[in-house]
Amino acid sequence: MGKMKKSDAPEKNIRKKGAKSEEGKNLRTFGRMLGYMISGYKLRFTMVILCIIGSSLATLYGTLFMQVLIDDYIVPLTKMEDPDFGPLGKAILILAAIYGAGVLCSFVYSRVMVYIGQGSILRLRKDTFEHMETLPIKYFDTNAHGDIMSVYTNDIDTLRMVMTQSIPQIVSSSVTIISTVISMFALDIPLTVLSLFMLVVMMYTTTKLGSRSRKYFVDQQMDLGNVNGYVEEMTEGQKVIKVFCHEEKNLEEFKKRNEQLRSSAEKANQIANVMMPVNMNIGNISYVLCAAIGGVLALGGYTDMTIGTLISFLTLNRNVTQPVGTMSQQVGSIVTAMAGAYRIFKLLGEKPEKDEGDVELVNVEIKEDGSMEETDERTKHWAWKDEKNGRLTELCGDIVMEDVDFGYTPEKTVLHDVNVYARPGQKIAFVGSTGAGKTTITNLINRFYDIDDGKILYDGIDVNKIKKADLRRSLGIVLQDTHLFTDTIMENIRYGRLDATDEECIAAAEMANADSFIHRLPDGYDTVLTGDGGNLSQGQRQLIAIARAEVADPPVLILDEATSSIDTRTEVMVQEGMDRLMSERTSFVIAHRLSTVRNSDCIMVLENGRIIERGNHEQLMEQKGRYYQLYTGGKALE
Amino acid sequence: MIRVKKGRCKKLFWKIVRQIGKYKKAAVMAVVFTALEVAMEVLIPYATALIIDRGIEAGDLGKVYTYGGLMVAMAALSLTFGIIAGRCASTASTGLSYNLRDKMFTNIQTFAFSNIDRFSTAGLVTRMTTDVTNIQNASMMTLRIAVRSPLMFICSVIMCVLINVELSAIFLVAIVVLGVAVGVITKKTYGLFIKVFNQYDDVNASIQENISAIRVVKAFVREKFENKKYGKAVEKLYQLFVKAETTLMLVTPAMMLVMYGCMISLSWFGAKFIVAGDLTTGELTSMFTYIMSILMSLMMLSMVIVMIAMSSASAERIIEVLEEKPDMENPEKPVMEMKDGSIDFENVDFSYKKGSGDLRNIDLHIDSGETIGVIGGTGSGKSSLIGLISRLYDVSEGSLKVGGVDVREYDIDMLRNNVSVVLQNNVLFSGTILDNLRWGNENATEEECREACRLACADEFIEKMPDKYETMIERGGSNVSGGQKQRLCIARALLKNPKVIILDDSTSAVDTATDKKIKEAFASKLTGVTKIIIAQRVASVEGADRIIVMDDGTVNSFDTHENLLKNNEIYREIYEVQTKFGGDFDEPQADSDGEVN
Repeated sequence: MGKMKKSDAPEKNIRKKGAKSEEGKNLRTFGRMLGYMISGYKLRFTMVILCIIGSSLATLYGTLFMQVLIDDYIVPLTKMEDPDFGPLGKAILILAAIYGAGVLCSFVYSRVMVYIGQGSILRLRKDTFEHMETLPIKYFDTNAHGDIMSVYTNDIDTLRMVMTQSIPQIVSSSVTIISTVISMFALDIPLTVLSLFMLVVMMYTTTKLGSRSRKYFVDQQMDLGNVNGYVEEMTEGQKVIKVFCHEEKNLEEFKKRNEQLRSSAEKANQIANVMMPVNMNIGNISYVLCAAIGGVLALGGYTDMTIGTLISFLTLNRNVTQPVGTMSQQVGSIVTAMAGAYRIFKLLGEKPEKDEGDVELVNVEIKEDGSMEETDERTKHWAWKDEKNGRLTELCGDIVMEDVDFGYTPEKTVLHDVNVYARPGQKIAFVGSTGAGKTTITNLINRFYDIDDGKILYDGIDVNKIKKADLRRSLGIVLQDTHLFTDTIMENIRYGRLDATDEECIAAAEMANADSFIHRLPDGYDTVLTGDGGNLSQGQRQLIAIARAEVADPPVLILDEATSSIDTRTEVMVQEGMDRLMSERTSFVIAHRLSTVRNSDCIMVLENGRIIERGNHEQLMEQKGRYYQLYTGGKALE
Repeated sequence: MIRVKKGRCKKLFWKIVRQIGKYKKAAVMAVVFTALEVAMEVLIPYATALIIDRGIEAGDLGKVYTYGGLMVAMAALSLTFGIIAGRCASTASTGLSYNLRDKMFTNIQTFAFSNIDRFSTAGLVTRMTTDVTNIQNASMMTLRIAVRSPLMFICSVIMCVLINVELSAIFLVAIVVLGVAVGVITKKTYGLFIKVFNQYDDVNASIQENISAIRVVKAFVREKFENKKYGKAVEKLYQLFVKAETTLMLVTPAMMLVMYGCMISLSWFGAKFIVAGDLTTGELTSMFTYIMSILMSLMMLSMVIVMIAMSSASAERIIEVLEEKPDMENPEKPVMEMKDGSIDFENVDFSYKKGSGDLRNIDLHIDSGETIGVIGGTGSGKSSLIGLISRLYDVSEGSLKVGGVDVREYDIDMLRNNVSVVLQNNVLFSGTILDNLRWGNENATEEECREACRLACADEFIEKMPDKYETMIERGGSNVSGGQKQRLCIARALLKNPKVIILDDSTSAVDTATDKKIKEAFASKLTGVTKIIIAQRVASVEGADRIIVMDDGTVNSFDTHENLLKNNEIYREIYEVQTKFGGDFDEPQADSDGEVN
């Protein structure tokens, strides 16, 4: 806790220094947001503005009518012996018409604004998501998932409030303020100057209070993050806490952090809550001042101000207070929201995956003379088609890595001079310790990451020339961490190939040895998986992932620890299906269990990003090198 | 995902309100001072009327000053009350959210394993942060507006009636009309907003899924498919939102319509009344102001109701945690001492869910000090079996005795300190290595910690770290390798000085040689301690006195390695698969520690 406080101070200094550029940034972000909102809704947005103006003017007319009512109608009427209410009736009818128009305007703009606001947010949601889907894996590996998620849950939501509430309110407040101030000038100049002065005072205090509370809100956000982190760590380890009877101590620590959050939240909101009464009462004082000074002026006969004028003026004075308060508050919330908007635009500005390939994957029919013809049917034969000249190259699954260097960051190379030659139909295995670079190699074949140096050739074609989507379609991958989607088991298997029939999915599940456990589930294949397949064991999830890859029926397979959580006995059973799946397909296998890699055509032993040994099981055993050592494990010691 | 039923909101509201605790005083103060503030606000237009009537119209400057002074005084009071109310509201609502977090966390600490299984980590974190913040904002709004609007409404009505009864009658009709309209609209939007927020959860779940499973999406080239799926979900959200908001937006024009109607009739009848001498112009202007206040307060009230509806999903999620009853409680007269480490399963059945029959007919007798291996396939019930011993879960049928006493009669803390379990999914916490070790025993000396690490073969790599035992462990132990983490967890469990120690697949990431060393150290140093070792590898258990072979929730066999090899088919099969195909390449990274030459 003490540590946090210390690091707090310099941070605040930076914040102060950055205040100027921060403002510029906010303004730019706001401009972008506004542009985003208006584009596509230009006509409707203009309509909204016009309607807001119309509605505000109607309200203003109503206010000013007070003076007319008193001065031009009521006062003369009281003096008449036989009062004629005819002219008054007419004036009131006109007022009614204007009011009617005002209501209509208000109805139209609030309705249209919903469509604009929600429509922009819908577009923003879609754009953000679709853009996110194009981003390279690197983005997801280098940004905390919670942070990305928060763009959707917090930032877009705050922006929704700005778009649907703050902006219309600011427009309508400013129209009211401007038109009211103009009418005030028309009524009396000195009093207007006085009122304006009070408005400035009001705005100044609001802004001051606003920026002070924002500072505490930043603290609140930080303390919230602190509580968040603690709760996350502790709930993750809740079972360990129970086993060690550590509940009391935890609670103590939690209380400390919770109290800190409470205190900063309290301060932040106290200031925010004070804003409204302060505004209102500055308004009240402004009213009294105007009444007193106006009274002196009117009664003393210094100006030609009538009592009706003064009363109207006072009403206007009252009416202007509220929109000024609203406006300064809304400006405050916009400033707060801009931090979120900035994050959204930052995500939208991330560079998508580069894809300059022009070679496509197509199904072909192989004729008797050996020539190929492109077809739409699934023929189990594929070819690479060069878009430029239409030339077809048969997909055999010949994958070669030549002198490949790679690092996730420029500073640290994790793979050095990697050479891999996978001939069609071969099973290539990678073994080695955690962090040796096994998974990295597979990440390069499917171009989750791009190599820094060297070459990867797929049937003689540089993988960079192949369209990414087609490259990945040709590679069936079962990943180390199994991820499933919220849907039925059937749909999860079908994820491998969207047009697969139920029978094909079930057949795949049978092959992966998943059929038996799926049948035991209450709803069988229709069981809905939730929370990343949380209701299944890790091993069961892996079996479904294998079935998913089988349904995809790809020419080349990559299995990254695909059976790591399946126990040895079940694995033996799955292995049969896996072997069938891998037969006649080039496959890359990463595994720590020897049973999984033993029958490979070539086993690569990786250490610190280099291939230090290669060969089949017998050859490697004979070499008595690293593989032999790993294999014999403890026995080597004796 | 929580689906809030319509009728539940009222109940939820009170359940949350009851959590205010010691901040009740602040809440009451907030209400009282808001009331006072409102009183001032209502009186101020009355003062303005006086300024106009008695001062300006009457041409009496002195009166303008007097009433002006009065108004300034009232404004000052209103400001003071307002500030106090605002501060108290902040204290009360942030205090409420403090209590909610505190109560939730406290309750989570009492959860039994079966309770923990029901909640996800992410779910609990959202409940304690986002959901509580929602409640905090809603309660602040409610405290300030829910008090203000009805009071404002009542006071304004009273003032109007005081000024002129007949004129007031006009808009009493209007109020009824508006009240009904606002009521109908609010009721409709309330239901719609609940739908909106449920759909919100679906959308967020889908995003979450896409972020974590991005590799799968990209590997199967399903970006477009996901876009379409997500597009459909947000489209639906959009439609619900538009429907909810356009309905809600009807409030504004409806209110304006009624307000303007009132203004017009007030102008007309007001003029007549003034002409007849029953009303002054000042009074007329005041009445205009009061009408505005009345209608405003009605609108604000409808906003509060919508706000409460919006936060009801959050309230539901919080209440769910608060009302979760721990499945296990300490016995009334707990046994505080454990004789020895003998373990007896007597016809034990166990089910996670009613009737699931995860363990059946377990009858085992283990002597104190024995070393027992447990082996079997995934889902065969190994972890469930050992979970019963330290009462992580309760047996469904039969009885389980440790040291001759049924585990349900022991004090839970005492039991768990004497039956030390190293869980399969173990975690370290942020803090130094020593901090982490002392979870086992707060008062352990550094020497005791070292000794435990020596037994768990953790001392070698710790000594190689720059800060040795003071090395900071990052959250979840992310800066140590899997094998190192497992060894630290074993050392931590040893520090409890237990009578029974259970390793649930706790050396899976430790290389074979070190694994063997640990087992040897256990055999020589922990002679009186019953040791139960679950493993996937036969090599890890073959040295045990006896081995339990689990199969589909039952004990298939319980015998020595040699006998099992001869007589047990399952055991032989596992053994053959593993020896024929050699060992694992598990975590040879440990080599860098120098454990394997």
